Amino acid sequence: MKFIYQSWWKILAVILVFYTMIAGFLLPVPRLPILHETIRNVYFHVPMWMAMLVVFGISVFYSVKYLATNREEYDLIAVESVNTGIFFYALGLLSGMLWAKFAWGEYWSNDPKQNSAAIAFLLYCAYLVLRNAIDEDQKRARISAIYNIFAFPIMIVLLFILPRMTDSLHPGNGGNPAFGRYDMDNNMRMVFYPACIGWIFLGVWVATLRYRIRLIENKQNSI
Amino acid sequence: MNLLRQTVALLKKEIILEWRSKYAFNGVLLYIASTVFVCYIAFNLTPNFKSSSGYPLVWNVLFWIIILFAAVNAIAKSFLQESKSRLLYYYTIASPQAILLSKTIYNALLMSLLSFLALLVYMVFFTNTIGDTLWYFLVVLAGGITFSTVFTMVSAIAAKAGNNGTLMAVLSFPVILPVIMLLVKISKSAMDGIDRSLTYGNFGVLAAINVIVIAISLILFPYLWRD
Repeated sequence: MKFIYQSWWKILAVILVFYTMIAGFLLPVPRLPILHETIRNVYFHVPMWMAMLVVFGISVFYSVKYLATNREEYDLIAVESVNTGIFFYALGLLSGMLWAKFAWGEYWSNDPKQNSAAIAFLLYCAYLVLRNAIDEDQKRARISAIYNIFAFPIMIVLLFILPRMTDSLHPGNGGNPAFGRYDMDNNMRMVFYPACIGWIFLGVWVATLRYRIRLIENKQNSI
Repeated sequence: MNLLRQTVALLKKEIILEWRSKYAFNGVLLYIASTVFVCYIAFNLTPNFKSSSGYPLVWNVLFWIIILFAAVNAIAKSFLQESKSRLLYYYTIASPQAILLSKTIYNALLMSLLSFLALLVYMVFFTNTIGDTLWYFLVVLAGGITFSTVFTMVSAIAAKAGNNGTLMAVLSFPVILPVIMLLVKISKSAMDGIDRSLTYGNFGVLAAINVIVIAISLILFPYLWRD
């Protein structure tokens, strides 16, 4: 747990995010039909999902650890990671919708990828509702940990497996070219990978801050 | 083998209990029949509904929605109905996996029977437009079984969180939506009489979802029942 109190990766996150803010808008991008300049959205939209996945992954990891050890801190990490993840989830959805308005013509165009993203969003909202429904602390921690572990694979199936099987307009699905495969040149990679790393660290940072606040609140309440 | 023996014994107990009271079965069957009848009356308020072009589409989607709500009602009972002391008694004599497996198998049996009967009732009221009837029945059977595997675990969670019907719906719908999407797609192609070999892949996905859900439930349930 020493990692969350170190500062090198927080500085790195800030530098990388600032770098992508500037380089993402200024560096040249390949000219592709339909996409044109909207391709720059890949620097901002995809890293949101990366950060969301990492934070949800941390949450599942600590839910498993909670079930194994019953230590309250692990439950706090799990819930604050989910809270942060939901925020990044919403940002990912919104940035995707903004891009879809320009690339597809509609904010919401009944695309399988959009629909399953919305369903997976409900899945995690249900997690928060479930937490509110239980009063007793330990029972709440245990049951929500179980639900969290149950929900994570379903989220993965919804976001990354089902849309691939149907005809989605989203890049990377249904035979559409993905940004990662051959549309992205080396110039773009120089922004894209730092952007992912930067936003992932930023997401983890937000989650650790929220966790530390909760820890302090818990201590005050117990005195 | 101990697990198998316990599961079979518990399953027998579930079936005998149900056979004596026939509460879940009759209740849900009546629920399905009345829902179908309500839908029948409501849709036929519009003249020429049966000859309209969207009729097969509505037929298919409406059937799955009715089955979905019937399944939530039927399976929510499986854990909500058990009293605390009775659950405690089970846990002293059987392993948690056996309890979950017996409930899942019992629910799968109940749901396959119910969805089969529901389809028959539904076909009486709404004129049948199915192209490949045998395949459609098979899809309905697969759907009933998948609903029961998913809902059994969710109802176990909901029952622990204070016997709350709203919670059951909130927790189960996002989980079941991908399944519903798949089922509506396969059953529509069975309805249109599309070649069976084209839907094999979708059946594979359904089977995979079942296996994953059962595996996760078996791992997680032992943590859930301890109080």
